[in-house]
Amino acid sequence: MRIPYYPGCTLSTKAKGFDQAARQSFAALGIELAELKTWNCCGATFPLSRDNLLDLAGPVRNLVSAAAEGDKLAVACSTCFNVLKRSNLVMRNEEDKREKINFFIEADYAGSVQVLHLLEILRDEVGWDNLAKAVKKNLADLSVAPYYGCMFLRPPKEMGFDDHENPQILENFIRALGAQVADYPHRAECCGNYIAAFDLETTREMSYLILASARKAGADLIVTSCPLCQFNLDRWQQDLAMKHGGFRPIPVLYDTQLLGIALGLDTTTFDLDKHYVDPRPVLAEKGLI
Amino acid sequence: MRIQLSATKVHNDFIRKVEDMSGQDLLKCYQCGECSAGCPAAFAMDILPNQVIRLLQLGEHEAVLKSKTIWLCAACQQCYTRCPKGVDLSRIMEAVRDLLMLEHGDRIVIEKLPAETLAEFPQQAFISGFRKYTA
Repeated sequence: MRIPYYPGCTLSTKAKGFDQAARQSFAALGIELAELKTWNCCGATFPLSRDNLLDLAGPVRNLVSAAAEGDKLAVACSTCFNVLKRSNLVMRNEEDKREKINFFIEADYAGSVQVLHLLEILRDEVGWDNLAKAVKKNLADLSVAPYYGCMFLRPPKEMGFDDHENPQILENFIRALGAQVADYPHRAECCGNYIAAFDLETTREMSYLILASARKAGADLIVTSCPLCQFNLDRWQQDLAMKHGGFRPIPVLYDTQLLGIALGLDTTTFDLDKHYVDPRPVLAEKGLI
Repeated sequence: MRIQLSATKVHNDFIRKVEDMSGQDLLKCYQCGECSAGCPAAFAMDILPNQVIRLLQLGEHEAVLKSKTIWLCAACQQCYTRCPKGVDLSRIMEAVRDLLMLEHGDRIVIEKLPAETLAEFPQQAFISGFRKYTA
């Protein structure tokens, strides 16, 4: 199976390991993630002003590219997923905006493409049972904390899958890989998002609550599918350990990295060495790398 | 805080613009406080999320414009998701920020961001941040 794939800006630069692990893992599962021939940044944030149509031009151009290559678009990053999926709904449901945007970007697009997150493809195209059968490593001794963040689930009316207060897709993914799920209350709390680049003091504490909560639930590591969540949660743990006595740093992996590890793939290109909190010791201790 | 109410103040131009840009009806909010209870950044805010709406309902937008709160909202939409009246507070925050910046200029000077920040953060932090902190 071949599905058009949108990597996005961060996966092409700072989060190459996320991208590589996605492509290789899906290839191992018989799905080719075929990068769009032309794509641009999605804008990284969905415009919240009613008349801000200009910020929709970028994401819609990507959807137009995707429509030329198939009826589905696979997305790994949950922020891109949020922006592309919501922009697609505008094109599908709001005639007035659709006309203006199409006129501006010289296109004729009406929201035909189905925007899918990689986890949805694993759930609906591969299936959890088939995924479990493809797993080569034994993860039974690994406790994984699922981290959704904000973009993946909200707003629920538009994102439209899973229960936004009690989501299960990451839990089911972790279980299919054979690992244990660490259940903790902060899995869908915001990590601070872009505010981190401008008011780090505030967002570092927001991240701390999430990290400490995952640790308390006995997690060995956290998985997420957003490069900014990954950075915010990963980057400041040394400072947090100095500030909050008793806090032990916890590695933060991308969902696709854990997938590739479970499938027994060569992890050389996964950039595991580029994480701030090195995940390799705990992975080695569990016999996974 | 003592607040004097008048019809002209409550229905002032700024409030009307906020409602128009955000597409939200401020008077829908009955101040249950669910937004403030769920907001992960509330601990750092000087005005709580529900107070932002209350002040706007009363025409006291100056207090909102001066607050740190509008710059700490990361639009995670926890408040909107849990609001029993369906008020999208992150859209209101965005309208207030945009109106403020259209009149008084951008919140940040991109050239003044520290080199380490630029080198280290993922691209999406800047793309989102520039969209929220500049007009």
